[in-house]
Amino acid sequence: MTALLRLEKVCVGYQSADGEPVLLVNEADLTLDPGETLGVVGESGCGKSTLLLSIMGHYKPGLKRLSGSVLFEGQDPDQASVEALQRLRGGGMALIPQNAGQALTPTLKISAQMVEALQLHSEVPAAHWKNKSIELFERVQLPSPEKLLDRYPHELSGGQQQRVAIAMALAGSPRLLLLDEPTTGLDVTTQAQVLQLLSEISETTQTAMVFVSHDIGVIAKTCQKIAVMYAGEIIEAGTQETVMDQPGHPYTQALLASVPRLGQASLPDGIRGRLPESLGAPKDSCAFEARCGFSEAVCRTQKPDVIDVKGHLIKCSRQSSIAPFQLPNSSPRAVLEGFEPERKVVLAVRDLALTYQSTGPIKRWLYGAPEPVVADVSLELRQGQTLGLVGESGSGKSSILRTLAGLQPGLRGMATFLNQHDLLIPVGRRSPEVLRKIQLVFQNPDASLNPRRTIRDIIERPLRLYFNYSAPERSAEAYDLMDSVQLPRDYLDRFPGQLSGGERQRVAIARALAAKPDLLLCDEITSALDVSVQASMMQLLTELKSKRQLTVLFVSHDLPVVGALADHVAILRNGRICEAGATQEIFEQPAHPYTRELLAAVLSHR
Amino acid sequence: MIRHPLLMALLRSPSGRIGLGLVLFHCGLALIAPLIVPYDFNAQSEVLDAMGPSLQHWAGLDTLGRDVLTRTFLGGRQALLVTVFGTIMAITWGSFLGMVAGLKGGRLDELIMRTVDTFLAIPFMIFLLLIIASFGNEPLVMILTLGFFYGIGVVRLARAATLDEVVKDYVQSARARGESTLSIVLKEILPNVRDVLLVESAMRWSWMLLAFSALSFLGFGVTPPTPDWGLMIANARIYMPLAPWPVLAPMIALSSLIIGINLVADALAKALGLDRTQARTL
Repeated sequence: MTALLRLEKVCVGYQSADGEPVLLVNEADLTLDPGETLGVVGESGCGKSTLLLSIMGHYKPGLKRLSGSVLFEGQDPDQASVEALQRLRGGGMALIPQNAGQALTPTLKISAQMVEALQLHSEVPAAHWKNKSIELFERVQLPSPEKLLDRYPHELSGGQQQRVAIAMALAGSPRLLLLDEPTTGLDVTTQAQVLQLLSEISETTQTAMVFVSHDIGVIAKTCQKIAVMYAGEIIEAGTQETVMDQPGHPYTQALLASVPRLGQASLPDGIRGRLPESLGAPKDSCAFEARCGFSEAVCRTQKPDVIDVKGHLIKCSRQSSIAPFQLPNSSPRAVLEGFEPERKVVLAVRDLALTYQSTGPIKRWLYGAPEPVVADVSLELRQGQTLGLVGESGSGKSSILRTLAGLQPGLRGMATFLNQHDLLIPVGRRSPEVLRKIQLVFQNPDASLNPRRTIRDIIERPLRLYFNYSAPERSAEAYDLMDSVQLPRDYLDRFPGQLSGGERQRVAIARALAAKPDLLLCDEITSALDVSVQASMMQLLTELKSKRQLTVLFVSHDLPVVGALADHVAILRNGRICEAGATQEIFEQPAHPYTRELLAAVLSHR
Repeated sequence: MIRHPLLMALLRSPSGRIGLGLVLFHCGLALIAPLIVPYDFNAQSEVLDAMGPSLQHWAGLDTLGRDVLTRTFLGGRQALLVTVFGTIMAITWGSFLGMVAGLKGGRLDELIMRTVDTFLAIPFMIFLLLIIASFGNEPLVMILTLGFFYGIGVVRLARAATLDEVVKDYVQSARARGESTLSIVLKEILPNVRDVLLVESAMRWSWMLLAFSALSFLGFGVTPPTPDWGLMIANARIYMPLAPWPVLAPMIALSSLIIGINLVADALAKALGLDRTQARTL
């Protein structure tokens, strides 16, 4: 059988100003037979999307294929004429983008966009376009397809938009589907449904797929073959079973170890160090060498050998001395000691309801009281505890956090801090002491750190605001904080843009710790990070918690992360708590059907 | 030698080099002109008529027989003095008020922005003339009036740029820490809207220079016989078909300065990664 797609030593990149090639994809080899599914997994910036787009002969501005060959059904998309390329894209292969909401034209009805896809990429006569659209919508399991055709993209939910994008990709009956993180923006339950749909499509229509994702769980669930990318290189490739069960490359092993798992009583291990800052000219060394636990002199001086064991490719010189992979068995989670009711209550929330807008008396008189987006929420948090607030997007979990931080008004109910301070008043009316003792860490460190101020300015801000320190004291304190979040001290004079995502989040945590808070409000603080970084962030948080007796309210959509961090969990759905209790009990014996659904949607790798 | 990264970026582009050269040339000339001009700006030549360029008078004589080159060298001093300080004033108060309006929102924002709208609806040239007619054309009066009127547009721009920033988490984080409005404006927002304001101030400067020259042209800017480009052009205008010389030199001076400022504004916008039109529409 001839291969559907064959990539040989593909290098994608650009020529830098001094003539040296800079490679984003370095000598990638892939083969795909008709009907096969291949998953490409890697962390952000490893070149997986660039590789995917190069299969279509499409490159981001400034990039091009510098060497190697791409053959799709014997044809090189880079050599194809414009007409041939038009037939190829959409007809031969189709792309399903990451964010379907943005990929659909907002001003055109769904029907018009479906017709466009059918007109360009299929032989279906014009009279049957509508029927064909409905048929495709039924195939992707969209409810009431006829009504959907009459809607605009923004009237659809995220999952429905993704299904429409899949239907459009299927319009030309392509032999190959290219999927670029197709489920990344979706909620876990929706993600599970979309993945199920994709598996069915690949089975029933024998369409081959190249599936790119940062989430190894997603890849393991949907793909027969897996390729692992690191810093532009494919460092391991093989069948799903071999890569998942016998990962040979140290990076793959570390990546698998850093994924938090349900029911695992320990924290996952992070990968030390960071991705190579910029991908320079190809070097004569192993790209992972600086972060690898097995690194030796040979890794620094020569390119790693590629070992092929019955189709299982591993790019590592020290392959023979690497032990078989075992799930990490690090120390069990520290259990809270002492009789819990004796600890003082840090945060008490009773029957809290809130809306998005504040309403003045006149508006309220005119339009009546606004409909609450969150209602009847009651929480209690004792000193040293961590409470995980779990919910899908739109469940109101971030709104609760913002209200407690005083950034958003509450509607009714009660929230007290340390049994005496009212938390339903906005920041402007809070006492300096309350302001200091409650600190908020945001989801995305790119946005939460002022890009124009140095790390020192950022960390010293709370020190100036809340304490009467002299300049040397502030400086000493800043050094201590950098040590406690495990960042080198010379980072103080850098700007946030010069740090990696994980390092920036550490700075954000250091800023919160600078205030010596009692209560730390964490809004999805790991979800913008890569798994290997997420794991070390979780370890850091656990360590700080026990060292500083921090009480943490941890908001997340990610159940395994919450399971590894929180003592108690509250599951939020549509602004109401549907189940709450000790983490272990809830994860082992979920009572509410929604909790069961969430747990079932969590992807495991085995 | 200053090696500020922004300055280096400006010097890398040809338009930045030419523009900066022109602007610095004019500023330097304004400072040292009294020391280097060959004649007294009021001295009349024996030849009482407008005369073309000669070895004694490189740019010719005006209708009163005064040396045009001398008057051109000195003619930018008052304009630069007024517009430099006027621009600083306009940018300062305009951006501060705009940032506060953008940050605070609500009723204060409404109040500030509707007041701004009201002033924008007034044809300000007429207003300027009224103020100058009643308070005189002292440089201080000119600075205050121009600084006030040119700051109104800055309020809108600064507010729009601020609105982009307030929604970002670092401002939210500062609010949650309990920072004062003043410190959020100066420490968090200002560094992030600085680029837009910098480009805007260069452009405000060039517009203000044109407005000042227009006022002089209309006879409201400077009192004769003080030399000024606008006034020189106005005085020599009627004889232009017969004697173009006295108009030519101040025209070249004024336009080269304005072109210089605009080139700097363009290069600045490019160096800062802003599209100039985009900066304008903010």
